[in-house]
Amino acid sequence: MLLELKDITKSFSGVDGDVEVLRGVSLGLDAGETLALTGESGSGKSTILHISAGLEVPDGGSLHLEGVEINELSEAERANLRRSEVGIVFQQFNLIPSLTVEANIGFQASLAGRRDKTFESELVEELGLSDQLKQYPESLSGGQQQRVAIARALAVRPKLLLADEPTGNLDESTASAVLTAMLDLVGRTGAALMVVTHSAALAEKMDRRVRLKGGVLL
Amino acid sequence: MTNTILRALLSYWWRSPLQLFTFLMGLALATGLWSGVQAINSEARASYDAAAATLGEGQFDQLVPRVGDQISQSVYIDLRRAGWLVSPILDVTFKGVRFVGIDPLTTPTQMSFSSDSGFSLEDTDLIFGNAEVASVLEGFVEVNVDKSIPPGIAIADIGVVQRLFKRNDLSRLMVLPEQPIRRPDLVKIAPELVMQPSQQIADVAALTDSFHLNLTAFGFLSFAVGLFIVHSTIGLAFEQRRGMIRTLRSLGVPLSNLLSLIIVEMGLLVLVGAILGIVMGYTIAAMLLPDVAATVEGLYGARVSGTLSLRPEWWLSGIGLAFLGAGMALAVRIWQIMQMPLLSAVQPRAWAIASAKRIRGIAILGMILLGFSGLLALIGTGLGQAFALIGFLLIGSALVLPWLTIKLLDFAPGKGVVTSWFWADTRQQMPGLSLALIALLLAVSANIGVSTMVSSFRVTFVSFLDQRLAPELFVRVEEEKTASALEKYLLERELEVLPLLTVERPVVGQPAKLYGVRVGRTYRESWQFLGADPDVWDQVSKGEAVIVNEQLARRNNLWVSDEVDIAPGLNLPIAAVVGDYGNPQGQVVMGELLFRKLYPNAVATSFGIRTTDTVNLRKAIQADLEVPDSGIINQASIKSMSLEVFERTFAVTAALNILTLGVAGFAMLMSLLTLAGMRTPQLAPVWALGLTRTRLGVLELARALGLSLIVFICAVPLGLALAWALLNVVNVEAFGWQLPMFFFPADYAFLGGLAILATLIAAAWPAIQMVRKPPAALLKVFSNER
Repeated sequence: MLLELKDITKSFSGVDGDVEVLRGVSLGLDAGETLALTGESGSGKSTILHISAGLEVPDGGSLHLEGVEINELSEAERANLRRSEVGIVFQQFNLIPSLTVEANIGFQASLAGRRDKTFESELVEELGLSDQLKQYPESLSGGQQQRVAIARALAVRPKLLLADEPTGNLDESTASAVLTAMLDLVGRTGAALMVVTHSAALAEKMDRRVRLKGGVLL
Repeated sequence: MTNTILRALLSYWWRSPLQLFTFLMGLALATGLWSGVQAINSEARASYDAAAATLGEGQFDQLVPRVGDQISQSVYIDLRRAGWLVSPILDVTFKGVRFVGIDPLTTPTQMSFSSDSGFSLEDTDLIFGNAEVASVLEGFVEVNVDKSIPPGIAIADIGVVQRLFKRNDLSRLMVLPEQPIRRPDLVKIAPELVMQPSQQIADVAALTDSFHLNLTAFGFLSFAVGLFIVHSTIGLAFEQRRGMIRTLRSLGVPLSNLLSLIIVEMGLLVLVGAILGIVMGYTIAAMLLPDVAATVEGLYGARVSGTLSLRPEWWLSGIGLAFLGAGMALAVRIWQIMQMPLLSAVQPRAWAIASAKRIRGIAILGMILLGFSGLLALIGTGLGQAFALIGFLLIGSALVLPWLTIKLLDFAPGKGVVTSWFWADTRQQMPGLSLALIALLLAVSANIGVSTMVSSFRVTFVSFLDQRLAPELFVRVEEEKTASALEKYLLERELEVLPLLTVERPVVGQPAKLYGVRVGRTYRESWQFLGADPDVWDQVSKGEAVIVNEQLARRNNLWVSDEVDIAPGLNLPIAAVVGDYGNPQGQVVMGELLFRKLYPNAVATSFGIRTTDTVNLRKAIQADLEVPDSGIINQASIKSMSLEVFERTFAVTAALNILTLGVAGFAMLMSLLTLAGMRTPQLAPVWALGLTRTRLGVLELARALGLSLIVFICAVPLGLALAWALLNVVNVEAFGWQLPMFFFPADYAFLGGLAILATLIAAAWPAIQMVRKPPAALLKVFSNER
């Protein structure tokens, strides 16, 4: 199993004391598998995504990526694992505004020390970004920025791709086109994909769907 | 990985050239003014050190005459024969150049002179001096230019100086440190001489320390204002890159790598800014040095070279301070990044938005500092505490300003929804604008304080000139014979003649001038005292008491009725203390009879004359006594010359004032520009609701006007408090005199106008940007909303 979460718990401190967001969530994801994580707002979907990426540390439970217990890694080791094995598509895109589209796409791969410009060109072609390579993120539409974020996440050829509402900013037809391209690219790279979404249509296209409610899997 | 991260970090500056410009200029201005002042100070100190090393002043004990200022050569020979290891020196001043004749064979090795051009005084009749001296003496004597010679000095073998000025006497004898164990007492060999210990001889560096401390304080104020710019730019850069930093970390950049590279990035930028500042500082120093040289000479009689050298002590201190200042601002941001959760929300909040609670907390700290300042005003003594008082006063006021401005805005007038929004929006912007407003407050109050001090000094100085320059005509002759003929000639015409009898002699261990005055109507009517016995002039004319100037009295903690030694074995009480603002030295004024008794060889060659007909008297003196026209000068000319010297003396202060105000104006411009870039999301909704872009632009200008007016209102009392501290505390410590404080409302109004104008100019650019902003840019705010 590529990713394995066991009895994960997580609380955040709120105005009225601690709020328990995850209450013993267990979840697995095989290499090449796609999974949709659905649920209402505040159900803990994004938290599972962040914990899976090593961005957030759970309060309890265990988390293995390729057999490595992530919770036992140092901050630097988690960062190393993230830049080389995990691609993340953020809800807010999180592009670097002062770099061009081209530099943004190759950024994580450069960090990981395995930039492949031929592969990047393929991604650019597939995602329809050829005309925007020299532009800066601020001049792109929301949909274009989303596609740059997907290209960046895939350019590192991650084993695990995590996407938070990847089509949330897009109209229906663009969303469909982007999703198709993303699934095609995931299939070609052999990455496992975990998507957080409200969209039933998007969830339908995944191999597996799980629903979260009140911090537990239904 | 390192290159990728560094490229991402630096790309921010590439995409934000205005921020880069602000950052570099802020640092350059801060470093420039600081290092410029330090360059001037180090040049001056180098000149003092060169003078001390070459002339041995302050290093060796000296033998000086008990009476007068001449030593016979035979006395020197007697001393040498008796075993005293002394070296003769002859000082002669000509055309403002001090000729120092030394004996190379007997001079102490610590001050042995050898020219940097390879010549030595031992085997040559050459006269050495710097280029300035050479040009002054051109046509009189040939001077070999040697830049190692202190300014204003021509040095030569004593024989050469004696021949040149037809002298056969000596001025003083330097006592070598190594002396034979058995040597006869000085009283037995040369009873007419007295030993003057080295520490009692004027140390010009110590005398001028306070002046340079003043300059340093000004440089530091400018540095502080410049650092406000740097601090706000660094703050803005980090806030704007908060999102990038989060992204970098979430993409797998370890925090330690990120922080190291941020430090490297900032280090590179600080280095560039500091180097720009050093270049700027050198230029400023080169421009100001001639005026500083005039100031130091005018106030202390010390000579400073007019040529600037690139000395490591000032440019290294400039770079060091730039790194220290930027490092302090950076440390805060680094700490914030370390504390920032990896997934913290990146909102377009920030830099600008600090909580009201924080502003209140800072204001409380400011009030505490103001309390300390008040306490020091009541109980503090010494120059260090005087500067601490000023420091607490300025910093305390700066910290209180944002809170006070918000409170004042609560009373802002106006009804209606736009006005209400305008004031609420202004209050909301205060945290972002506060640093620029503080910079403006410091600059304007420093200007008010220093200009009040200088103008008060000017008023006092003019009144002082009126007292001292009561005679309508002044005549100076070259020869003693002409002097006595002149005096007889004038007395025969029943004119009041005031001979200027003077000798230089240490009093209370410090260099001083002793004057003998002919007490009469003029002195009785003109002179005003800071403290005096009722019958001052009667006591002085009888030789029972003396008058001393304020600097001598304050430096030695003397006042009326205290005694002062005016000759060996002769102490007289002080009958009055007189204000004296045109000279660095202590002065003792005694009656003519006593002076002539003590110094029978002194001859008056200058005379003040009371007359109602200056034109005809001038003609008569020229015709009857063949006194050249250049030897006669009227009262008005002397006054105007003195005032010219005064104005030049404070030219440096005026220049630093303007530069500081310029830096504050720049800080304002940069703050408004950077804020303007962040304000689109706040202005777009108001525009969408019906306010035109032009009206928004006008409102931006109105805001700048209102805020600068508030700052100016706060700056006036602060500036006056600063002036009080300068006049009553710093001046007494630094210059030895206390000055009355005068107010100059018209000057303050003009300065206020300038500050408001500077702010309006600074606000004009962002306002124009607002007016010209395309609707698409405003609409984008809504299109980006989710």
